[in-house]
Amino acid sequence: MTAATDYTLAELCIVAASQAFANEGEVLATGIGVIPRLAASLAMKTTNPDLMMTDSEAWMLSEPNPLGKRPDGFVPARESWMGFSRIFDNVWSGKRHAMLGPTQIDRFGQSNTSALGGTYDRPKVMMLGARGFPGNSISHPNSFFVPSHNTRVFMEGECDFVSSIGYNPARLPKGHSLDDIDIRLVVTELCVMDFGGPEHQVRLVSLHPGITVEQVQENTGYPVHVPERVPVTVAPSQAQLDIIAAMDPHNQRAHQIKDNPPGNRG
Amino acid sequence: MNKQMTAAEAIGQIEDGMTIGIGGWGPRRKPMALVREILRSDLKDLTVVAYGGADVGMLCAAGKVKKVVFAFVSLDFIPLEPYFRQARQSGAIEVMEVDEGMMLLGLRAASWGVPFIPTEVGLGTDVITKSTELKVIDSPYDDKEWVAMPALSLDVSLIHADRADSRGVCQIAGPDHYMDDWFARAAEKTFVSCDELVDSDYFHDPAQARLVHWERAATTGVIAIPGGAHPSSCAPLYGFDVPHFKAYVASAKEESGIRGYLDAFLGHSEDEYQQNVGGLDAIRAIELPTY
Repeated sequence: MTAATDYTLAELCIVAASQAFANEGEVLATGIGVIPRLAASLAMKTTNPDLMMTDSEAWMLSEPNPLGKRPDGFVPARESWMGFSRIFDNVWSGKRHAMLGPTQIDRFGQSNTSALGGTYDRPKVMMLGARGFPGNSISHPNSFFVPSHNTRVFMEGECDFVSSIGYNPARLPKGHSLDDIDIRLVVTELCVMDFGGPEHQVRLVSLHPGITVEQVQENTGYPVHVPERVPVTVAPSQAQLDIIAAMDPHNQRAHQIKDNPPGNRG
Repeated sequence: MNKQMTAAEAIGQIEDGMTIGIGGWGPRRKPMALVREILRSDLKDLTVVAYGGADVGMLCAAGKVKKVVFAFVSLDFIPLEPYFRQARQSGAIEVMEVDEGMMLLGLRAASWGVPFIPTEVGLGTDVITKSTELKVIDSPYDDKEWVAMPALSLDVSLIHADRADSRGVCQIAGPDHYMDDWFARAAEKTFVSCDELVDSDYFHDPAQARLVHWERAATTGVIAIPGGAHPSSCAPLYGFDVPHFKAYVASAKEESGIRGYLDAFLGHSEDEYQQNVGGLDAIRAIELPTY
C-alpha cells in the first residue's frame, strides 16, 4: 500500500489506533468517541473482519454504521440484539477490546474518569463516575485515545481517583499477577505508546511525523521508556483514507483534535 | 387485579429515608413524570440507585437526596450532569460509587435474595478503596480475593415503559430495556408509568409479548402518563429533548439554579408541566437520536 501524502492528524490517529484491533480475533471492538470508533470500524473493514461491533445503542452489527445522521432508508446490518445487560456478559467473558479516553492516565496505566482534586467526599471537579472502567480493566484488553497529550492527562503521581486497574504493584489483588492486566496501545496526537517498557513502564512505540522524543517526554509527567529505534507512525494509505471518509461522511473527525492539523507536522 | 393509580398515589407510598431505584439510562427512558411528582412532594433523605441522568441531578438539586449509588450520572450528549456535579462538589450527598456492571450484580443479588455476588470487577480500583461498604473476600474455591458486591435492595423502583395493561404487564418496545427488569425485581414495590395503557389482549400477539421483560407480579402500580419520560427519550415513541436539556444545563449556571428551572417548567401537575414544555404532541414529535 502506498502512503498518502495529504492526510490529517485525526486520520493518522485513526489508522494508528486501528492497529489495536488488528490481531484481536473475534472480539467485540468498542471504540468510544469519534476517533476510537472510526479506528475500530477501519479495523473491521480491513485488518480484522472477524471483529464484532455494536451500533452504540442495542444491536450487534455485521458492518459498522457510518457516523452521524444517515440517509433515509439506510438499513443497519444488524445481526443480534446486544442491549447493555448483555454487554456485561460479553465484558466478563473477556472477548472484548475497548478503546476509551479517560481524563487522567498515570505511570501505572491506571486511569481516572470520576473526580479531580479536593477530597473524595468533596471533589473539586466531579466528572462522569467510574462508569464501566473497573470491569473493563480487569476483564479484557483496553487501549486509550488521548486527543491532547499533556501533563494534566499524563500526570505525576497517582490518579486522583483510580477508575481502572493498571500495573501498580501496591494495588495488585491477592492471587493476581501484573500480567493479568492487559493495557495495549495509548494513541495520542503526538505518538503511540504502550506499557511494554521494563516492569510495565510506559514505552514509546512510534512518533507521529514531525514530533520529537523530547516533545513526548516534556508532555508526559513521568519517564517514558524510549527504545533504541523509534519508528515514525505509519501514514494512512489512500485506501484507508477512503474507508475512513465513507465511515465518517459528516467529517466529525475534523473536530476531534484542536485545529485539525495535518498529519505531518515536520 | 387492577393496578392503575395516579402518580400522587404511587409517590405517596414512598417515605423519607427510603431507597429508590430509578430505571432507564442517562437521558433514556427515565420515569421523569414520577420523578417530578417527588419534586412536588415533601420527601427527603432518599437513597437513589440509578444509571443516572437528569433524574438524579434534579432530585439532588431539590434537596431530596441523602445518598446516590451510581456508576455514572450523565446526559450522554452533554457528558456531565450539572446538578449532580454541584451536589458532589459541595459535599451535599453521600455516595456509593460502583462500576456499571457491579450495579447490575447488586440488583440481581437483591432480586435473588442473596447477600452478595462475588466478582473481580472493582479489584485494584478506588470504587473499593473509597468505599466504606464494599468488601473484598477470600474464596472457598481458590486463592484469589473477590469483590463481594452487596445486594442493592430497594424499597421502591420507578420505571417508565412504552405500554402496560392495568394488571401490570409492562412492555418496553424500545431497543433496550437496560436493567429495568432487575430494578423491578430488586424492589419491594415497583411503580411503572407508561406512555400507553393497553387492553390485556394487546399482548396476545407474541411479537408484543416478547417485549415484556418481567412478570406482572413484580409490578405494584401502573400509572398511565403519555409523554411521561420527557425530557428523556422513550424509543420508539420519541427521542430526548435536546433544547430542553440544554436549558436545564444552562439553569445550573444561573443564580436561581434549579429553582428557576422548576418555576419555569414543573407546574402543579403533569398536565401543567406538559403545557409548559409545548404539549404532548410536541413531545411525541421529538426525533429519535442517531447513535
